[in-house]
Amino acid sequence: MGAWSTYSLEDFLLFSPRVYWRLFELHNAELWPLQIPALALGLLILWLVLSPRPSSDRVIAALLAIAWIAVGWLFLWQRYATINWAIAYTAPVFVVQGLLLVVGSITGHLRFRVARRWPEATGLALVVYALLLHPFAAPLLGRPFAAAEIAGITSDPTAIATLGLLLTASSTRLIWLLLPIPVAWCVLSAVTLLAMDAPDAWIPLAAVAIVVLAGLGHLVFGAITRRRAPSPTGSPDRRSPAPPGSDRHSPAPPP
Amino acid sequence: MTMTRRTVLGASLAASTMAVVPSPLGRVQAKPLPTRMIPSTGEAIPAVGLGTWITFNVGDDPVLRDECAEVMAAFFEGGGTMIDSSPMYGSSQPVVGYGLEKLGRRDDVFATDKVWTSSAGDGAAQIEQSRRYWGVPAFKLMQVHNLLAWEPHLKTLQEMKAAGELRYVGITTSEGRRHDLFEEVMRTQPLDFIQVSYNIVDREVEERILPLARERGIGVIVNRPFQQGYLTERLAGEPLPDWAAAIGAASWAQVILKFILSHPAVTVAIPATTRVDHIRENLAAADGPMPDEAMRQKMAAYVADL
Repeated sequence: MGAWSTYSLEDFLLFSPRVYWRLFELHNAELWPLQIPALALGLLILWLVLSPRPSSDRVIAALLAIAWIAVGWLFLWQRYATINWAIAYTAPVFVVQGLLLVVGSITGHLRFRVARRWPEATGLALVVYALLLHPFAAPLLGRPFAAAEIAGITSDPTAIATLGLLLTASSTRLIWLLLPIPVAWCVLSAVTLLAMDAPDAWIPLAAVAIVVLAGLGHLVFGAITRRRAPSPTGSPDRRSPAPPGSDRHSPAPPP
Repeated sequence: MTMTRRTVLGASLAASTMAVVPSPLGRVQAKPLPTRMIPSTGEAIPAVGLGTWITFNVGDDPVLRDECAEVMAAFFEGGGTMIDSSPMYGSSQPVVGYGLEKLGRRDDVFATDKVWTSSAGDGAAQIEQSRRYWGVPAFKLMQVHNLLAWEPHLKTLQEMKAAGELRYVGITTSEGRRHDLFEEVMRTQPLDFIQVSYNIVDREVEERILPLARERGIGVIVNRPFQQGYLTERLAGEPLPDWAAAIGAASWAQVILKFILSHPAVTVAIPATTRVDHIRENLAAADGPMPDEAMRQKMAAYVADL
């Protein structure tokens, strides 16, 4: 304990900011033009959430699974781990997240809702940010656009988009298994960026904060809904938000 | 006039590079750097080495690898020999190996590395992997990194030394950590080198570690002389004091290095850098007059008051 207290955040940083940001340039150059289909598949996910089809949920989960496994292997293991040995232990965790999403796709237990309440709307906003706005963080903060971070190609926007999608998903046990890894990654990434004095650090931190607030919102809405749901007249209160699990995918309540 | 590290480089580099002349073989040779004697053998070693913490961890980036090789080229051309790395430093070892191969300097380097694993049984395999990264036939000096599993690793290193696979054995620490245990190991184990953090503001090792090293005949390698750049950044806005000229220092970096190198226990300082001009400036600090004890006290007091 005494020895650990002598370390500062910077002591755990093995590389310089310049080396870190060039990772993204090199990765984008090597994978080009895969960024285009990655973005297209991200937009497909967004469209499937907004315009659900019978197999939308399974397709969304499968695409997310591919993104996590690809980022874990191509970005973390093959790229980032060359300058940070700790990432060699993180990359397999991304694969685990991918496999959990595969389970979600196969079982169909993940159900993504149209955003009607603010927690889901916030989730959808996170997805839009990760897909369409996060790539501009690099040029806005003085780095080349060639270092843009793309969802499905690099880890931060992939984790943020996943958190957003999970906020739109109906409550199942699987969500509690799917939340920890992207949350942990966002925290780890924020700590790394803080150690580099990078202003980007607030982005993954904000994503985690939004998830926490939205999670609390879910609980509050759920409590309110449970209180209002057993209406004595038997007619549903149209002003009340729908209870978790009563989204478009849920079977109709018994008569 | 405010003298920053950058602004004084022109003058100092002109002085240092004037000593650089082409050799008959076409390789640039420098005036030999002032050397220090390694206490355990009497072998001479240039007083300024090259650290690789953070600066050489550039992964597979081809542009940055070549920049590191340029720094190494300037280092060797300036007469430096000791390069220090560790398995803990990410890709630094293979990047050093890349530079040595590119420059054809494998025979010129005083290859210095560390064993860094909590597993006693993995030490020898890690050292062999490190050697492959460097591409050298053997290390000159192998140290136990931050005293991690120091007992079994020191045993391994002593056995390697006895078998002629190493020339020197040492231990390291940084930022003043575990100094009590460090002292105990210094008192009880046969060591050729210790490596510690020391500079004009971080002077804790002056109290017991450096005197003990002199008493025990142990060479001293100084890491993080510039506090990973924070110290030189902090001093960059301050004008260079008048007494700097008296010790032949043209920049704050040279003031700091001369303070370190003038301690009688110090053998080699190993600043890390990504810049060719800085490596030349660092090497030049080993040359010229060195502060005496009275001047050292004056220097430390001056910087402490800033």
